[in-house]
Amino acid sequence: MLYIDCPWCGKRNETEFHYGGEAHIARPEDPSALSDEQWADFLFMRKNLKGPYAERWCHSNGCRRWFNVIRNTVSHEILAVYKMGETPPDLGPKKGEGV
Amino acid sequence: MAHSNSDAGAYARWNPGRKQGEPMVKYSIFTIARNAMTSHKNWPRQWRSPEPKPEYDVIIIGGGGHGLATAYYLAKEHGVTNVAVLEKGWLGGGNTARNTTIVRSNYLWDESAAIYEKSLQLWEGLSQDINYNVMLSQRGVLNLAHNLGDVREGVRRVNANRLNGVDAEWLDADGVKEFCPIINISKSARHPVLGATLQRRGGVARHDSVAWGFARAADARGVDIIQNCEVTGILRDGGKVTGVETSRGTIKAKKVAMVTAGHSSVVANMAGLRLPVESHPLQALVSEPIKPVINCVVMSGAVHVYVSQSDKGELVMGAGVDAFNSYGQRGSFHVIEHQLGACLELFPIFSRVRMMRSWGGIVDVCPDASPIISKTPVEGLYINCGWGTGGFKATPGSGWAFAHTVAKDEPHPLNAPFSLQRFETGALIDEHGAAAVAH
Ligand SMILES: Cc1cc2nc3c(=O)[nH]c(=O)nc-3n(C[C@H](O)[C@H](O)[C@H](O)COP(=O)(O)OP(=O)(O)OC[C@H]3O[C@@H](n4cnc5c(N)ncnc54)[C@H](O)[C@@H]3O)c2cc1C
Ligand SMILES: [Zn+2]
Repeated sequence: MLYIDCPWCGKRNETEFHYGGEAHIARPEDPSALSDEQWADFLFMRKNLKGPYAERWCHSNGCRRWFNVIRNTVSHEILAVYKMGETPPDLGPKKGEGV
Repeated sequence: MAHSNSDAGAYARWNPGRKQGEPMVKYSIFTIARNAMTSHKNWPRQWRSPEPKPEYDVIIIGGGGHGLATAYYLAKEHGVTNVAVLEKGWLGGGNTARNTTIVRSNYLWDESAAIYEKSLQLWEGLSQDINYNVMLSQRGVLNLAHNLGDVREGVRRVNANRLNGVDAEWLDADGVKEFCPIINISKSARHPVLGATLQRRGGVARHDSVAWGFARAADARGVDIIQNCEVTGILRDGGKVTGVETSRGTIKAKKVAMVTAGHSSVVANMAGLRLPVESHPLQALVSEPIKPVINCVVMSGAVHVYVSQSDKGELVMGAGVDAFNSYGQRGSFHVIEHQLGACLELFPIFSRVRMMRSWGGIVDVCPDASPIISKTPVEGLYINCGWGTGGFKATPGSGWAFAHTVAKDEPHPLNAPFSLQRFETGALIDEHGAAAVAH
């Protein structure tokens, strides 16, 4: 089980949270202007990275707020936690193991 | 375990029976008897371990069940034998040998029923076809219904299955109890059993045998199976594939087929492709061996239980996926805990059984819980992925259809609906609710 540091509540067990998938996918400004291919890309295509991955979590059994996490998808190590709307922090060489 | 055969002496010591290029020994009661006389010490290796050639007609990336089946059917059905299967680890190190081996074809939608039923029919003749006992055991698969919604969905699926020529029956709670006597059908249960669908032709098969059997049969038809060979790049020239970069050097190819399950996004990315796939851990566990108690496969989507008993007597159980993306080949304990809680309610008799081992695989899940068997925007590059939590049963059918797609450069009607384009056209094949737990 992950131990996730909610930016508002502090460290809690993973079972208090819900996963929201890849972070920073901006909804297109004008959806009707998109081609089918672009719309499919927005809706379905995912980076699904092996290694550090920016993803969303919701503290659904706590403060019920969404936030971002950078987690290594091989080691499961959480490398950064930051609020919605913030730009991902620069991890520098701290990329986690096993990438 | 791969080995280099550049040293012929070492190869002969490694493989006392079969020299490079020597024909495969057919398995039969006579060869067993003959080998018994030498205490079974002279069985040849089941497949060669050749050095990669500089160029192939087709390179298959991924030596799981699906990749090996693709190679076999390319050779058998299409006469394409200048083929290499490149596997970064060892055969059967991925999901092929980590799954709970449930085989069935009772999917809801026409497109799914057609390809899974093709697969089940191939399973039914597979041991003979590849001269390798895959131990298919058609002991019947129950999919339980715990509420009125489940009942309606189940009855609907039985009707849909029958219209598609897939055997299916609806059992009420007493019928379930009769078919699987140890199940708890008490009305006061948290998730009471109201009935179940039954596919009698469903069951389980032996996972390692599937990988090894297809490998041996493909090898016998000239396919090179190369283990410890990780693909690190996909070479292209003007929108056309030309080969792959590997941990054992560059290998050229006219066509490249990607079949890497949990690593599909990583490999597709080497050719600049994005996939609608996310990788999640999925866990399974086995108990200590006990006397035979359960003679069928029981699955429940609502409470997320599936269980069968292996020939060794172990209860084989599967849990749900971890919610988060991962490549770590391990899952979380709370997922297992949740699964076992529900399992004990269904089978109170298991309460003192000790679980011996648990493990995880990485499954590649599509948004509509259906696979992709498709051409790609890159000429000569093909992809087979997205089988998620339920692709073992599809191994022969998937390989069969994918071989057609690669050989003819166009999909077979069976896999045409499972294209990458469906995410643009919107023609999704939504088996999420339909197939309940999709194993
Ligand atoms: C716990 C668990 C239970 C399951 N239960 C069932 C079930 O009951 N019934 C069912 O039908 N399905 C089940 N499944 C799903 C099924 O196992 C998969 O859908 C199926 O095995 C995937 O196809 P495969 O066998 O080819 O995959 P794999 O065996 O994973 O093959 C992919 C191969 O690609 C290789 N590879 C990856 N990257 C590279 C690279 N860069 N270069 C070279 N090689 C590479 C990997 O090493 C791997 O060997 C289960 C899965 C799990 C994990
Ligand atoms: Zn919180």
